[in-house]
Amino acid sequence: MSAVTQGVPVTRGLPPRPARPDGLAPERLAAAARAVRSSRRAAAARAGAVTSVLGALVVVVLVVALSVGDFPLTPGEVVGALLGRGDGGAELVVLQLRLPRALAGVVAGACFGLSGALLQSLLRNPLASPDIIGISAGASAAAVVALLGLGLQGLSVSAAAGLGALATALAIAALSHRGTLSGYRFVLVGIGAAAVLNAVVSFVLTRTDSTEASLALVWLTGSLNGTSWDGVTPLLLSAAVLVPLALLAGRALGGLGVGDDAAAGLGLRVGRSRLVLLVLAVALAAAATAAAGPVAFVALVAAPVARRLLPGRAALPAAALVGALVLSLSDLVAQHAPLLPQLPVGVVTGVVGAPYLLWLLVRAGRTGTAG
Amino acid sequence: MTGQRTGGTTRQDVERPPLDGARPAATPTGGSREHELEARGLRLGYDGREVVSDLSLRVPPGRVTVVVGANACGKSTLLRGMARLLDPSAGAVLLDGRAIHDMPTKAVAEVLGILPQSPVSPGGITVADLVGRGRYPHQGWFRRWTREDEEAVARALAWTATDGLATRAVDELSGGQRQRVWIAMALAQETDVLLLDEPTTFLDLAHQVEVLDLLADLNQRGTTVVLVLHDLNLACRYADHIVAMCDGRVVAEGTPAEVITAATVREVYGLEAHVVPDPVSGTPMVVPLGRHHCPRPAPPTS
Repeated sequence: MSAVTQGVPVTRGLPPRPARPDGLAPERLAAAARAVRSSRRAAAARAGAVTSVLGALVVVVLVVALSVGDFPLTPGEVVGALLGRGDGGAELVVLQLRLPRALAGVVAGACFGLSGALLQSLLRNPLASPDIIGISAGASAAAVVALLGLGLQGLSVSAAAGLGALATALAIAALSHRGTLSGYRFVLVGIGAAAVLNAVVSFVLTRTDSTEASLALVWLTGSLNGTSWDGVTPLLLSAAVLVPLALLAGRALGGLGVGDDAAAGLGLRVGRSRLVLLVLAVALAAAATAAAGPVAFVALVAAPVARRLLPGRAALPAAALVGALVLSLSDLVAQHAPLLPQLPVGVVTGVVGAPYLLWLLVRAGRTGTAG
Repeated sequence: MTGQRTGGTTRQDVERPPLDGARPAATPTGGSREHELEARGLRLGYDGREVVSDLSLRVPPGRVTVVVGANACGKSTLLRGMARLLDPSAGAVLLDGRAIHDMPTKAVAEVLGILPQSPVSPGGITVADLVGRGRYPHQGWFRRWTREDEEAVARALAWTATDGLATRAVDELSGGQRQRVWIAMALAQETDVLLLDEPTTFLDLAHQVEVLDLLADLNQRGTTVVLVLHDLNLACRYADHIVAMCDGRVVAEGTPAEVITAATVREVYGLEAHVVPDPVSGTPMVVPLGRHHCPRPAPPTS
């Protein structure tokens, strides 16, 4: 052992450190590696199973949405029509009347779900959802001004709504930015922005006659009624670009989840990743809102449900699928609920979502942690 | 020699160059694992408020350096600056002679790891998954999880004795276990330099010693360790090199025996204290003098 002490500065009375073997017992390392592997495999298997089941459910709801209505079709007829082998009547009903609306429900739901999942992870706050932090309110205010103030219709209203959402998010980010992006401040500023923008909506509505205002109200509740291919195409195109980008960029969320300092220590470009993800989240919410209106609560509930199914992960694909499922199922209920006239889908999601929000707030208040 | 090294890298703890005086030759023998980390004229602050002013510091490679000082003296800020988490308003941090803030952040992360003061664990995450996140710098767009990553995580778990917890959720662990898991994440990064900001806070004495022993083990394998500690006595026992800070400046640095004297304690903490040899290790031990329970007034420094 004497060799160990040579050259060690004799500045303290510690006995020389025994030179320890570097390696741990190979069996122990092998066991640890097995534990790591099985844990990762179990997580991957669970993610695969959950995602497949959710995907299958979305397909089922889609087929049901294409089957039911004044002109009922069997699932076989629906599939035949989709493949271009049905009779003319079925093809018209499925492809022209029902498919745009059903697709809008699925795709807008997926965009809302992804947007909420990204925002909640980024801002580390379960309330960070576009319908609560003012992004949807920005879209609403812009849409109402476009509809009632400028007399625009159709796609121009959607475009105005999308731009309103983006501009609001930009304003919230600018107002809450203090060197770093703080989730808490962003949410608070966003809630304030929502209040201001909702006041704008109310003001414009009170200045308009009731027939026009009621049209605007349907848009404001969030509705897929009468969605045509013209209405759904911009959504499909935006989603085709934004969803893959979000899933790709969302890989950074795994690193960001350990906190900004630890993530930066791991070599993540924290500021840039957060900015990219934030822009994508807002763009997704803007695209979905432009097509379906500010449907409440879909973005809020999708990610927590997905995370409950897949704990410890950002679970973006699952969140997108849950969003798609919630919105398309709600629209199915809104369209075909017995004894009720056709409802805007936002009424249904609101009825389901509001109790969830209350539960979330009560729980956050009780445990002291918000999520 | 009892120590048979299996790691492939030869370690220098067998023949450590002296700390003080002339620096060891430009490249330490077999020095691929030893890295020079140095702050030069470093100024750091938040929102224009300067916390660290004109600080220069050279971290002895292959050693344990402990930064001590009163609350709000800039210890954590210094550590964050040294780990490129905070951009300096002036000066630079050099890693092997290159300005760390100009290097690709992932390249830094392959050499230098940091465990910040309060990392967050994503809800419901398992120990294996969290420790696996330490492999981020070694992964890329196309290079995903490999056998090598798995082995690194397994080693990190075994080293921190958290391998039995691999499939448990981090939320369910005790404070001591959780701290070991965070250290495991830093270890899985497999860096040669490891900075830790108060890794023993919130731990009871037994767990504090356990964590420090673990870091000493690591250091023996060649890792350069820099940590911020509050407990002066443990700092003296585990440090090769102590840096005492006050108001954003380095007041004294050197071996524990050189630095931790009654005079330094008075200057840094404004506290009268006796400094006696630790009965176990012989390193300085600080016995504070308060207004109560001390039979006679503080004598002048020994």
